[in-house]
Amino acid sequence: MAARFGPGDPVLVRAAEKPGHVRTPEYVKGKTGRVEEVLGVFEDPEILAYGGSGPPEEPLYKVSFRQIDLWEGYAGSANDALYVDIYEHWLEPAREEAR
Amino acid sequence: MSDTHYDDGQTHGHSHDGVKPSTEARYYAGRIRAIEALLVDKGVLAKEDVRRQIEYMEARTPANGARMVARAWVDPEYKILLLSDTKAAAQELGIDASGPVEFVTLENTPEVHNLVVCTLCSCYPRAILGVPPDWYKSFDYRSRAVNGPRAVMREFGLEIPEDVHVAVHDSSADVRYMVLPMRPPGTKSMGEDELAGLVTRDCLIGTSIPRSVE
Repeated sequence: MAARFGPGDPVLVRAAEKPGHVRTPEYVKGKTGRVEEVLGVFEDPEILAYGGSGPPEEPLYKVSFRQIDLWEGYAGSANDALYVDIYEHWLEPAREEAR
Repeated sequence: MSDTHYDDGQTHGHSHDGVKPSTEARYYAGRIRAIEALLVDKGVLAKEDVRRQIEYMEARTPANGARMVARAWVDPEYKILLLSDTKAAAQELGIDASGPVEFVTLENTPEVHNLVVCTLCSCYPRAILGVPPDWYKSFDYRSRAVNGPRAVMREFGLEIPEDVHVAVHDSSADVRYMVLPMRPPGTKSMGEDELAGLVTRDCLIGTSIPRSVE
């Protein structure tokens, strides 16, 4: 499966509710970040965890967020960053100015 | 007499870890044993598999990561390999990190300090470093390392200067992270083994940095 996003692309994490052990942390849902790296393609652990077979494989991205975009009153530098590995089905294109 | 309930080991000022497991630990241990017995009964796995897996985990320790770091400090080519292909770098030192998960090493620089957490569970580079410390799995660390990393590191005795960026890595998927700390000053005369001795487990997670003993 070809990666839909590339390094530098702004992405919005879907604010979807999905039951079970999903791999996208709650605190980045609805937030805009930037793709740093395509980490490769993996079988979807959200399917594997419930006895599914896993395929098709899905691209996994390292996405960066500015800490000040995630937490109100963040105590630290404006350049502090948080990186989360997110599967493609959780991401949508975001507008550049959203950051 | 209402307060003479279960003795949690704290009543005389300190806990006896491992002497008297907490009620919660006993509950989960009992549940795990029940699941294990069922899996063995159903032929999904054998007792031997469980024993082999425990031996596999116990053979892995933070000393593996310390050796990799020390080699990277003295050998620029190895450092390139470590940062580009951590699995191969482990293999080169005889550490078998093969398996489905990927490993990535994060380099601390004068500009960036890295900290690793898994907010969703307790993902950790176990194939290299063994089992994570208990605090790494605690709700407290997992929640606060993401929204207050500087305060958390301060509690570990590590103050990151304001002009150094803190980069927190939440390893929630198929990649496990390990930190390559900076070589401390005053260690020019040290050999690889001595250098490895400076790299503690916490340095590999990012809650500490190697300090030269002077």
